[in-house]
Amino acid sequence: MALLEIDGVSKSFGGVAANVDISFAVTEGEILGLIGPNGAGKTSLFNAIAGEVTPDAGEIRLDGAPISGLGPVACAERGIARTFQVVRSFDSMTVLENVMVGAFSRAGHAPVAMRAAQETLEFCGLANRAGRFAWQLSPPEKRRLEVARALATQPKLLLLDEMLTGLTPTEAQEGVQLVRAVRDRGITVIMVEHVMEIVLPLVSRAVVLNLGRVLTIGAPAEIVKNPDVIRAYLGDRYAAA
Amino acid sequence: MDNFITRRRRHELMVAGGLLVVAIVVPLFIRDVTALNVIILSLLFAGLSQAWNILGGYCGQISLGHALYFGMGSYVSTLLYVHGAIPPSIGMFAGAAVGGLAALLVGWPCFRLSGHYYAIATVVVGEIGYLLFLNWDYVGGATGVYIPIAKPSLLNLQFGKDKLPYLYVVLAFCAATWLAAWLIEGSRWGYAWRAVKDDMVAARSLGVNIFSSKMAAAAISGAFTGLGGAIYGLYVGYIDPDSVMAGHFSILIALPAVLGGVGTLWGPILGAALLIPMKELSSSYLGGSGRGVDLMLYGAMIVVVALAQPQGVVSLFRRRAHGPA
Ligand SMILES: Nc1ncnc2c1ncn2[C@@H]1O[C@H](COP(=O)(O)OP(=O)(O)OP(=O)(O)O)[C@@H](O)[C@H]1O
Ligand SMILES: [Mg+2]
Repeated sequence: MALLEIDGVSKSFGGVAANVDISFAVTEGEILGLIGPNGAGKTSLFNAIAGEVTPDAGEIRLDGAPISGLGPVACAERGIARTFQVVRSFDSMTVLENVMVGAFSRAGHAPVAMRAAQETLEFCGLANRAGRFAWQLSPPEKRRLEVARALATQPKLLLLDEMLTGLTPTEAQEGVQLVRAVRDRGITVIMVEHVMEIVLPLVSRAVVLNLGRVLTIGAPAEIVKNPDVIRAYLGDRYAAA
Repeated sequence: MDNFITRRRRHELMVAGGLLVVAIVVPLFIRDVTALNVIILSLLFAGLSQAWNILGGYCGQISLGHALYFGMGSYVSTLLYVHGAIPPSIGMFAGAAVGGLAALLVGWPCFRLSGHYYAIATVVVGEIGYLLFLNWDYVGGATGVYIPIAKPSLLNLQFGKDKLPYLYVVLAFCAATWLAAWLIEGSRWGYAWRAVKDDMVAARSLGVNIFSSKMAAAAISGAFTGLGGAIYGLYVGYIDPDSVMAGHFSILIALPAVLGGVGTLWGPILGAALLIPMKELSSSYLGGSGRGVDLMLYGAMIVVVALAQPQGVVSLFRRRAHGPA
């Protein structure tokens, strides 16, 4: 069953068409890759799904109910959580407190939120950093913190925007394991990533965007052979070769 | 559950309880009226600045117009007494309600503005309020209102020449604001507000409603400020726009928190304990010409703190990081 349906979504900023007539569906329980070169419109699409921006045209549905235009708070309540391409943390708060902000979206009382946040930190491998301030974390730890904070809202759908970018290969592999563990909890994941070698082994399907449009959708094996994808990523010379 | 947050909170409560006992006992041995006056004003501004801190420190909405809520609180309670014969011990809560309401009315349009624009808008609104009261005859205009002297009683919140009861009233006010901040820190609201302060986009992605967070913080902050204004009016016995609504009051309310440490429980108290005695001292030495020197003093203190200890004086007392690892 489709958890998320994106139906003809378009969005322009001034003269720039960030998303043009994008349509695809995300199946419950899958890890979907969202790839494409710089400026392809990946983050813009995340912003639309998470309610941060309202599409100019088209509709986004979660569990069959339209969510476009409801705003980020309503989207979070309905079960959409996200991380950000440029890390955002609550720097005056400790790691545990950061995650509690997310946990409070389901918990009414502090002890409940605290317990939930602590469990989430353990799940994300950050329990030993609970008392640090967010600004004291290393870059890969900050990425994990964003994931933990998002998971604490108990989402159905998790949007990860370049969570693995800039990490060493070892750190990236640890990140991949975390994403798998999230999926195994029954949470559907959409991952934006530049580096195809990292995403493709992880995802069941990938959507390739280019210049704001869907270039192709398919299984990883089909994606890497698709001449349009090769052209979009590497330029015409390589496609011909 | 016992972890570093619950331990820290318990510790704060114990320290506060200890300080409260000291603050109750020590004044019993002070006979000097000037000293009592300085303590009363310090406690009052510690409470006012804590009220400011709830909005400015925890929620990150810097207001430079709190004199408006302060002045309205003192006018409402005073006028209810003068025209309606409602005793100040009740009227001051009406003053608090009006202070909170005023903060909501200012917040409604202004919280849609970002960052510095909110601060600028509060300056303008505060100034408009001051001018309105200055030209409004019903509330006494520029002449102001005297609070009729009544039989000393708790109901009237008047105690004749005896300063000690006032001190305890103001201490209760200060303790109430501290307790409110402590409760907020541990609550869902407190977490939401601090998230709003640190990063609004991340906060709303986690389901935090930015606008209602700011409004709630403003209402509580404005209400406590109005309450403080009512108490101040009773203490000085006479109010006019210059003594309760002038722009420098807004600065004086914000400054202890800024000096002591914004968004911290002890910052406003520490800041007021440093600032208010210094201010009173300088104006008693310099007499009427003290005002200008006051301002230079504030300016110098802000510069020194900003350069030497940007997190406020409170950070001198804090260990570098909390909890494990
Ligand atoms: N808020 C905005 N205002 C103006 N232009 C925007 C805005 N958001 C996105 N754009 C533009 O839309 C286009 C798509 O940007 P987007 O960030 O979605 O790309 P992306 O695929 O995430 O790229 P990258 O891989 O570099 O992160 C870009 O040309 C960008 O400049
Ligand atoms: Mg992007």
